[in-house]
Amino acid sequence: MFGKRTLGIHVRDEKNTSDSVPQVIPIPAKVTIPMSMHVGAPCTPVVKVGQEVKVGEPIGTPGGLGAPIHASVSGKVTAIQDLLMPNGSTVPAVVITSDGKQTVWEGVKPPEVHDLASFTEAVKQSGLVGLGGAGFPTWAKLTTEADTLLVNGGECEPYCTTGCRTMLDSTDDLIQGAKLVKQYTGVKKVIIAIEDSAPKALEKMQQVVRDIPDFEVKRLPARYPQGAEKMQIFNTTGRVVPEGKLPKDVGVVVMNVASVAFISEYIRTGMPLVTKAVTIDGPAVKEPKNVIAPVGMAIGEIIEAAGGCKEEPSKVIYGGPMMGGAVASLDFPMLKQNNAFLAFDEKTARLPEPTACIRCGRCVDACPMSLMPVDISKAYELKDAQGLMDLHVNLCMECGICTYVCPAKRGLAFTNRLAKGFLREQQSKNQEVKKG
Amino acid sequence: MKLLTVSANPHVRDNSSTTAIMRDVIIALVPALIAAIVIFGVQALLVTLVCVVAAVLAEFIWEKAMKLPVTIGDLSAVVTGVLLAYCLPSTIPLWMAALGSVIAIIVVKQLFGGIGCNFANPAATARIVLFLSFSSQMASFTYDGVTGATPLPGIVSGEGADLLTLFLGTHGGSLGEVCGLALIIGGIYLLVRKVISWHIPVAYLVTVAVFALLAGQNPLEHLLSGGLLLGAIFMATDYSTSPMTKPGKLIYGVILGLLTMAIRLWGSYPEGVSFAILLGNILTPHIDKLTRHTPLGVSKKKGGAKA
Repeated sequence: MFGKRTLGIHVRDEKNTSDSVPQVIPIPAKVTIPMSMHVGAPCTPVVKVGQEVKVGEPIGTPGGLGAPIHASVSGKVTAIQDLLMPNGSTVPAVVITSDGKQTVWEGVKPPEVHDLASFTEAVKQSGLVGLGGAGFPTWAKLTTEADTLLVNGGECEPYCTTGCRTMLDSTDDLIQGAKLVKQYTGVKKVIIAIEDSAPKALEKMQQVVRDIPDFEVKRLPARYPQGAEKMQIFNTTGRVVPEGKLPKDVGVVVMNVASVAFISEYIRTGMPLVTKAVTIDGPAVKEPKNVIAPVGMAIGEIIEAAGGCKEEPSKVIYGGPMMGGAVASLDFPMLKQNNAFLAFDEKTARLPEPTACIRCGRCVDACPMSLMPVDISKAYELKDAQGLMDLHVNLCMECGICTYVCPAKRGLAFTNRLAKGFLREQQSKNQEVKKG
Repeated sequence: MKLLTVSANPHVRDNSSTTAIMRDVIIALVPALIAAIVIFGVQALLVTLVCVVAAVLAEFIWEKAMKLPVTIGDLSAVVTGVLLAYCLPSTIPLWMAALGSVIAIIVVKQLFGGIGCNFANPAATARIVLFLSFSSQMASFTYDGVTGATPLPGIVSGEGADLLTLFLGTHGGSLGEVCGLALIIGGIYLLVRKVISWHIPVAYLVTVAVFALLAGQNPLEHLLSGGLLLGAIFMATDYSTSPMTKPGKLIYGVILGLLTMAIRLWGSYPEGVSFAILLGNILTPHIDKLTRHTPLGVSKKKGGAKA
């Protein structure tokens, strides 16, 4: 029934920065590094106020699923304070005042890797999380169960181009990283998926992989959300990830291009993930460009260092405009997994007024997961838990397409999120009843 | 410190709007209006204007009286007014036309919750009410000074009709439904603008053609006569009252085709399009439920995903 269709829709590209080679910006006076920059429980700070730290030194270690966090500047820890995250949780954050020297920590040296266990440990110690934006700890993805490594070059969000730049500027690391993952996990095939909205990267990668056995470049139409892993697995391998399962259950490991390139860089140098390339763009910025900034630098300072804004921005987003989050303040720091900061002016930040649903069915046609957003909305209004289960609202990945296409400007994706929260609440209530 | 706007993703929207969709439908209806004025004279324009003004006024007054937000700006009442006018003879008394609009907007649309909530097509239902209430005025069609029936009874009885006459609409009939050429132009515009998809009109028209063929009648005569093109392109595709998924749209189109031909061939009324659409409207929620998409990764068998 799924046929050979490419799910999703075309959104405007706005790839204004695809020719901008990321430039390193000056080190800020201080960085604020939150202890939660990954999926999983927050890290525990392992430094004290007043302690001297150097670049690459661990400052937070994870409990279970997670990735260690490292100092991105050298200097003194001046505070460990609570930070309100965009998802509403509060996590500790380590504030480091820079001494401007960027002294590298003595422990930074290329790791010794000889089998999957040592490779996984190295990837874990590098602090790498999924750089596509989700921040899933990369080491937890490494498994011998998969037969395919899918290198995700699908940069389907408007504006974002750092993935494209990785393919063009760090081609060798990207290939080497994929080879390392292939070598240690034993996958038989490496598929590099690239959208046709990045023609230069596509051409270069096609050329590079020509003589590498078991490597293949798949050209995908520029459709949002092409970078979503379930969609991309379907569009490249035809495999369908069952509800509640992970990519590895269908034999696929999915990694973002930036993550794969970083693995090779880390094995080469031993420098953990302390900087990140980000796209600075949006209607309010003076000059769209890509920059490399230390993790923990304030978003406002990064935008300023990249040329600043035409007017005071009214809305600032981390990540792409479709799935990214809005920050309440320009003081909020850059996280490891961020790939863009977009500034919107007053006009483009204004929210449209929702009107009545006209049942046009555009959300139904556009949903990449083949959900029925309009029915989910109705079931949620009725607080119909069974109805929401039947509609499989939990499969919604909040890509935002339904809201994007809605002519009545209804916040369908947000309603889905509320519906998922409502279901969680109901389920925990049911469990309490059972226990009682 | 300035606080920034915070909202849930996505932070960009496409530039579609309900008003833009309705504006496109109105544009698509313009060729048929021009044809109607050429064929039936200025009276056709007058009937259309009366229907539109009555529909918009009815919506405005109702919403004001009920203290609801006024939605006449979305232009949907204009579309309803135009569509109703197109189902009426140009000779209809103007008060009847206005009454039809009031019924369409208040009884069929607003009493069920307004735009998107009505289960029946307002224009098609109002036409049925007028047709049953004022049978003689609603069935008297004057063309070129001659009053008579539409070509449809002749087609059904096997007399046939001139295809070019049907295509251009130079014969008696409701003012907006006669000119096949103008309606097809409007339909192509709606398809190009992606306001409608091909599924409902094509399923509807193909079913009518096949039915006619099987019944030993001329399919082209059936396609070009009565309110079929107007109904298939503009009324059956009404978002509120038609299914949302593509398979649902195909099923709906086939059902409308079967009902239309059953009424035309065996019913006691010469034309069955508006009745077929009303009956199809009632089935829409069921078709919608039966043709829900299976989400990616969900086993088709009931409960299979949980096992």
